[in-house]
Amino acid sequence: MRLVAEGLAARRGGERVFEGIGFALAAGQGMLVTGPNGAGKSTLLRVLAGFLPPATGSARIEGAGDGPAKIAAHAHFLSPLNAMKPALTVRENLAFWRGFGDMPWHSVEGALDRVGLAHVIDAPFSDLSTGQRRRVAIARLFVARKPVWLLDEPTSGLDRGAEAAFAALVADHLAEGGIAVAATHLPIAVPGMRTLRFTAGAGA
Amino acid sequence: MIALIVRDVRLGIRAGGGALIGILFYLAVVTVAPFAIGPDLNLLGRIGPAVLWTGALLASLLGLERLFRIDHEDGALDILAMSRHETPLALTVLAKCVAHWLVTGLPLVLVTPLLGLLLNMSGVAIGATALTLLIGTPAITFIGAAGAAVAVSLPRGGLLVSVIILPFTIPVLIFGVMATLGAVETFAPLVQPLSFLAALTLFFAVLGPFAAGLALKGMQD
Repeated sequence: MRLVAEGLAARRGGERVFEGIGFALAAGQGMLVTGPNGAGKSTLLRVLAGFLPPATGSARIEGAGDGPAKIAAHAHFLSPLNAMKPALTVRENLAFWRGFGDMPWHSVEGALDRVGLAHVIDAPFSDLSTGQRRRVAIARLFVARKPVWLLDEPTSGLDRGAEAAFAALVADHLAEGGIAVAATHLPIAVPGMRTLRFTAGAGA
Repeated sequence: MIALIVRDVRLGIRAGGGALIGILFYLAVVTVAPFAIGPDLNLLGRIGPAVLWTGALLASLLGLERLFRIDHEDGALDILAMSRHETPLALTVLAKCVAHWLVTGLPLVLVTPLLGLLLNMSGVAIGATALTLLIGTPAITFIGAAGAAVAVSLPRGGLLVSVIILPFTIPVLIFGVMATLGAVETFAPLVQPLSFLAALTLFFAVLGPFAAGLALKGMQD
């Protein structure tokens, strides 16, 4: 399985955000998208996830067998928003995301274990700290099996220890043959990850 | 899909879910009507079904804005939309509508008998109103889904949702009240308006989620 982007350009509100983006990631490869605020990192991820149609070019999955070529069909999208309901407990939140998809993977307990939060499983999501909320959102990546991870500022709100732990999780994912694209302004220490650097306004 | 219904129902009945607002509004509209209309008990009994239906319609409109708003705000809607290769968006919307109706529509039906007493309605009229509301209110939710989907990314789009969908809910109101009258009065038809009401609900159960799915797919921000 490969994630291929060719000649991608995006517009937002009529203004060009970036153009001429092309890359190919094979199974086991990851890419960091870095650059200053407003350079188009998040826009690139939203284009990859299919929320925003590219102005030119295309992004697709190759070699997925009979599956659709749309990246969205194979991907987790971790947006800066956590997609969790404050009124529900952590268990209820994760159990919902586990039950909603077709490919449940780890149990809720197992997924929380991965982010080191097994002890908050029955706490309401609203009771958690910012960093804990982010880690629960990260645990969502483990309740359903998707080969591609699209991560938008995945480590915002995390402390150093949790950042390192998250980098290890991404490394594990790549080692298992996954693909990851992470937009971040903080470097994530994952060995072997390629970097796509945006400069302000210019793109690529 | 079932997971989504369970989650939304749970969210709706937890504190802050907003399920009570609709009932309170319904209660307010219906209790105020007798004071406005005056002490003519016969008149009150005769227009009772219309008052109940109007109240239920307005109360249903009130909560519709929340249908997608909360999921949009916390990013869950993006992920639901992204899962459309596993669960088509129309089915996701249908599940949300079902949950929304269970939390906001069904309670209106359940308190209707109580409010009917306030309006000096006969037992038959009360039963008929509850029945037509049971059949007709899902249509309002399904129509509302399309409006809510269009307005989801607009700040404070609540009033806009009501304005967009109100014209489409008028037939539901007409046939709902007509069928209720048909059950009470011998001169009025019963079967035809009731069939029309059921047809409207079934029709919008298909069209509403489909249109809302299209609107959500086109949503980009």
